Amino acid sequence: MRGDAVISARGLTKRYGADSVVDRVDFEIHRGQCFGFLGPNGAGKTTTLRMILGHCPITEGTLTVFGQSVASQAKSIRQRVGVVAQTDNLDPDFTVAENLAVYGTFFGIEPAQLEKRIPELLDFADLRAKANVKPDALSGGMKRRLAFVRALINDPELIVLDEPTTGLDPQVRHLLWGRVRELTRRGKTILLTTHYLEEAERLCDELIIMDHGRILDRGSPRALTRRHVEAEVLEITDCGGLDESWVAQLSAQAGCRLERVGDTRYCYSNDARSMIPQVESHRQLTYLHRPSNLEDVFLRLTGRELRN
Amino acid sequence: MALDLRVPRLRSAAILVLKRNIKVWRKLIGPALLMNFGEPTFYLLGLGFGLGAYIGQMSDMPYLTFLASGIIASSAMNTASFEGMYSVFTRMDQQGTYDAMLAAPLDCDDIIAGEMLWCATKSLISGVAIVVVAGLLGAIGGWQLLWLIPVLFLVGLCFAGPAIVMSALSPSYDFFTYYFTLVITPMFILCGVFYPTDTLPQALQSFTQILPLTHAVALVRPLAAGGEPGGVVLHLAVLAAYALVGFYLAVVLVRRRLIR
Ligand SMILES: Nc1ncnc2c1ncn2[C@@H]1O[C@H](COP(=O)(O)OP(=O)(O)OP(=O)(O)O)[C@@H](O)[C@H]1O
Ligand SMILES: [Mg+2]
Repeated sequence: MRGDAVISARGLTKRYGADSVVDRVDFEIHRGQCFGFLGPNGAGKTTTLRMILGHCPITEGTLTVFGQSVASQAKSIRQRVGVVAQTDNLDPDFTVAENLAVYGTFFGIEPAQLEKRIPELLDFADLRAKANVKPDALSGGMKRRLAFVRALINDPELIVLDEPTTGLDPQVRHLLWGRVRELTRRGKTILLTTHYLEEAERLCDELIIMDHGRILDRGSPRALTRRHVEAEVLEITDCGGLDESWVAQLSAQAGCRLERVGDTRYCYSNDARSMIPQVESHRQLTYLHRPSNLEDVFLRLTGRELRN
Repeated sequence: MALDLRVPRLRSAAILVLKRNIKVWRKLIGPALLMNFGEPTFYLLGLGFGLGAYIGQMSDMPYLTFLASGIIASSAMNTASFEGMYSVFTRMDQQGTYDAMLAAPLDCDDIIAGEMLWCATKSLISGVAIVVVAGLLGAIGGWQLLWLIPVLFLVGLCFAGPAIVMSALSPSYDFFTYYFTLVITPMFILCGVFYPTDTLPQALQSFTQILPLTHAVALVRPLAAGGEPGGVVLHLAVLAAYALVGFYLAVVLVRRRLIR
């Protein structure tokens, strides 16, 4: 165990009645890390974050943040944390700048300091031109950016982001990713949850894949990919008239592990290239040859069936 | 799940919540004050003069004075109740304002204490508006009116707690109709706003003694009419008891709703 743990959880458990929503989870997050929680809907990601913030009483286990117990020190912990919640809770009665100013007062920040800090944050979020507009008049992406910089008002050491980019267009996602990387460069610790494998792959040094409240595996995106899936994938999509046994035979020849989701077959192998000429000769098939990624790991670990 | 029954702590952070609400209110100050002054003006002009012409004196004072002093108290009740239900529910449930506050170093104790102070402030504003209108109409006057400031604030606290309890229990806005129909309206009718309670049947009179508005009216009316209230300790104690018990229950129930 390293000494610089920002968050340390041991046997962390949350039950609602008999339902274990977070089930004996252990993890440690270190200063300067970008740490990700990855899991399908209902995996227990938000619940874990809520426990970290003291918004959800812990059923069992221990949880410390900055070395302080969440059970007794939640408020002094939150003084040093910034939070972007899964659903925006901006104040609709205030303008963009007032949202930052009023939120700053909750941390006891002096007006003079706020006056200096708010323009910086507006620039960081690229929202300078919208300073005097109310949230209702902002696009979804602008709201999210405002929520993001509002979480930075107290210059937090730890920033907690619950699905920060869900529902945003690619430009805004890239902007936010850039900002997150900048924050980690400045030595901030980041904890984020996401459904986007690409996001986790780009941002996280380390991540946990969880489902049904349990940790399925953990490690760096690269290590996880290496551990769970072959290096390459050939995705074959059926546009009518695919011969199932032909695909099976083909992948067996190439030594592929074959998976099926909907009308697509995934052939995992360390050398999927050898199959391409044969697939190309079938005009009713389209294919995509790519390196495997976290998505493949995720689907392998959490299963391919739909959640509700 | 077990309720968090710990006694709430009062901290200065509650003022931050109060200030946030004042800041919103100041943005809408025009319509807000128009409401505060407009409604009682019509009440006093219409009922005070209209009914007053038939009634003349009531409890040894002009009916306009009697009515104005009753409306000052009931308006404090209504204002705190509205704010504690519709506005608090909007912030707690619809806007996620409390979620955002809870992500900062505030807790449910601070939020509810701040909301109660705000409800009481609004009660005071609405009461003072009526004092001004009634004063201009010549119905009330005198330096003893200044005592109404702390009294109306306390009346606001007294009704804020139960209203926030309703918010914490409520699944939706519809729920508040029950409280208004079954609690607020009966008090408005029964507690001496429009006529002295000693004209009611004995059983009903005893019942009104447990209702806080009765005690609010008992303090406000003599102060407004230029007299001296009797039984001050009892009346203050009843109002304070509702305020304290209401605060405690409101905090426990809001914790149950938000910290789970
Ligand atoms: N107050 C509650 N009472 C009972 N069950 C709850 C409560 N809050 C959450 N749950 C359950 O806990 C499980 C985990 O929820 P959580 O919100 O942590 O998931 P998540 O991983 O954040 O999912 P999503 O990706 O959809 O946000 C869900 O099955 C949810 O229904
Ligand atoms: Mg979630």
